[in-house]
Amino acid sequence: MEASTLQTFFQQLINGLSLGSIYALLALGYTMVYGIIKLINFAHGDIYMLGAFWGYYVINFWHFNFLFALLSAMLVGAVAGVIIEYFAYRPLRHAPRITALITAIGVSFLLENGMSYLYGSTPRDFPQIIEPVNYHVFGVLISNIQILILVTACLLMVILQVIIKKTKMGKAMRAVSVDPDAAELVGINLNRTISFTFALGSSMAGAAGVLIGLYYNSIDPLMGMTPGIKAFVAAVVGGIGSVPGASIGGFLIGLLETLVQSVGLSAYKDAAVYFVLIVILLVLPAGIFGKNIKEKV
Amino acid sequence: MTILKANFKYNVSWLIIMVAGFYLMNTLMLMGIIDSFIENMLVVIGINIILATGLNLVIGFAGQFSLGHAGFMAIGAYATAIITTNSATAGGFYTSIVVGVIIAIIAAIIVGVPTLRLRGDYLAIATMGAAEIIRIIINNLQITNGPSGMFNIPQFATWPVVYIMVCVTTILIANFVRSRAGRAIKSVREDEIAAESAGINTTNWKLAAFVFGAATAAIAGSLDASYLQTIAPTNFGIMESISILIIVVLGGVGSLTGSVVAAVVLGILDTALQNFGTLRMVIYAAALILIMIFKPTGLLGSHELSFKHLFSGTKRKGRVRS
Repeated sequence: MEASTLQTFFQQLINGLSLGSIYALLALGYTMVYGIIKLINFAHGDIYMLGAFWGYYVINFWHFNFLFALLSAMLVGAVAGVIIEYFAYRPLRHAPRITALITAIGVSFLLENGMSYLYGSTPRDFPQIIEPVNYHVFGVLISNIQILILVTACLLMVILQVIIKKTKMGKAMRAVSVDPDAAELVGINLNRTISFTFALGSSMAGAAGVLIGLYYNSIDPLMGMTPGIKAFVAAVVGGIGSVPGASIGGFLIGLLETLVQSVGLSAYKDAAVYFVLIVILLVLPAGIFGKNIKEKV
Repeated sequence: MTILKANFKYNVSWLIIMVAGFYLMNTLMLMGIIDSFIENMLVVIGINIILATGLNLVIGFAGQFSLGHAGFMAIGAYATAIITTNSATAGGFYTSIVVGVIIAIIAAIIVGVPTLRLRGDYLAIATMGAAEIIRIIINNLQITNGPSGMFNIPQFATWPVVYIMVCVTTILIANFVRSRAGRAIKSVREDEIAAESAGINTTNWKLAAFVFGAATAAIAGSLDASYLQTIAPTNFGIMESISILIIVVLGGVGSLTGSVVAAVVLGILDTALQNFGTLRMVIYAAALILIMIFKPTGLLGSHELSFKHLFSGTKRKGRVRS
């Protein structure tokens, strides 16, 4: 009895971590963009959808392997992010923030409905390029795809952290997020830095799209909506603007969701997420890592 | 007395416009120029006007960024649906509006007291979460018939009822904004600390605006349920809150006239694009982005249509403050 409870717990832990790593990858994009231009980029979830569709096409028609599909989806995500920033958000940089938010929602509608118009809104099966293998470790079922998602996500987060902390561009990003005017005064190219931030965040979303395609096996043009909102919740819970916060927040939301589901309240799993969000915001108004970490990206 | 006299002209002008508008519509309907298709559009526009002016009160005048309007709308809609299916009388319908408003006020107080301490985008995301919680609870209750929603709700919300409700809520909101209360909430929007130091209880006034907005949303929800006769929890999701927000921002944050104009423009646009199928939303989204880029403050900015300004023209000096 004891052992099986423990097994269930670890099983849910593994499931929650895989789901959470997807949320974490998405939350990173939200947190970086919000940190730098204070905009909730509603179109971020749709870049994740674009990444998934790109993966679907290159694997089916160009027979890419997993690694190339992932890398090319990241590239496509980055390009899409930069284009969206250039045409939709850059003209509004000095407009009221609520206007930029509505524009972001407009971009999101445009991507969702444009893809529905072009490719139809019926879900498609994502090609299984990696043969699913299940491992039994002490009675806990772990699939190779879960391991792949976790490892890829963690690797990407580490790379991101290194870029932000160690490179010149990362330093510029941190400077712009603290004070854009002062950053411009010391010779930082504002436009290029913001474009780079969008490219970096959107490439994470592109990668998340391919990973979720492998995990859930089904993609459709509206797939980005709910995970997008939950990833933003994860970013807020972790402390918006903080990269470690977004990762922790993502894992937290993923774990919470699987936990609520495993105790038989799956109808209320979204409600639980929002409830925890409200409670955390009331106790820690800047999120878990919002206060401890001064540096924002 | 002088103030009453000074405002008498403007109030009478508004009343004449409202009555004349009603008779104009009725005549056009009798003549057959407005068919049931256009009447449907008008009702949808009317409901959207109630929703948008209510949300504009919260966002534009009190400066509190709420993304949870659809949750309160759901409360009104379900109150009407449940009560009128059990007692299908006009009395039942009006009782259900009152019940919906009362429940929405209670819910708004429960949601507002803790969350209105938050600011800006944090408040938006918290109110969005609260509205989603309301929707998920409705989705799982027995009395609301769960995810499949409710059907065959008796129709009491005809075009005249909706028109009168639009007039009543707009008058109430406009007067609230121009009253002492309105000045208090506007001062909270401009600078919370300065308002507080001037002796304004910022928490109470923020809550008052939030609750007022929620109450009008519940009325709109009641009309919506009664007119469409079918409701489901999915109608009141985040997307509904966002589409109300779009009307507010498109018309101009802080302009009630703007909200009305935007609701009418979007209603007509929506009907005109009906034949385009899937492409409809693509065009809608592109139009939205373009309007925001080229007119970031919305169609009317913060301007209001005011007879006071029309009548007095440039003679601002002799104007009686009201």
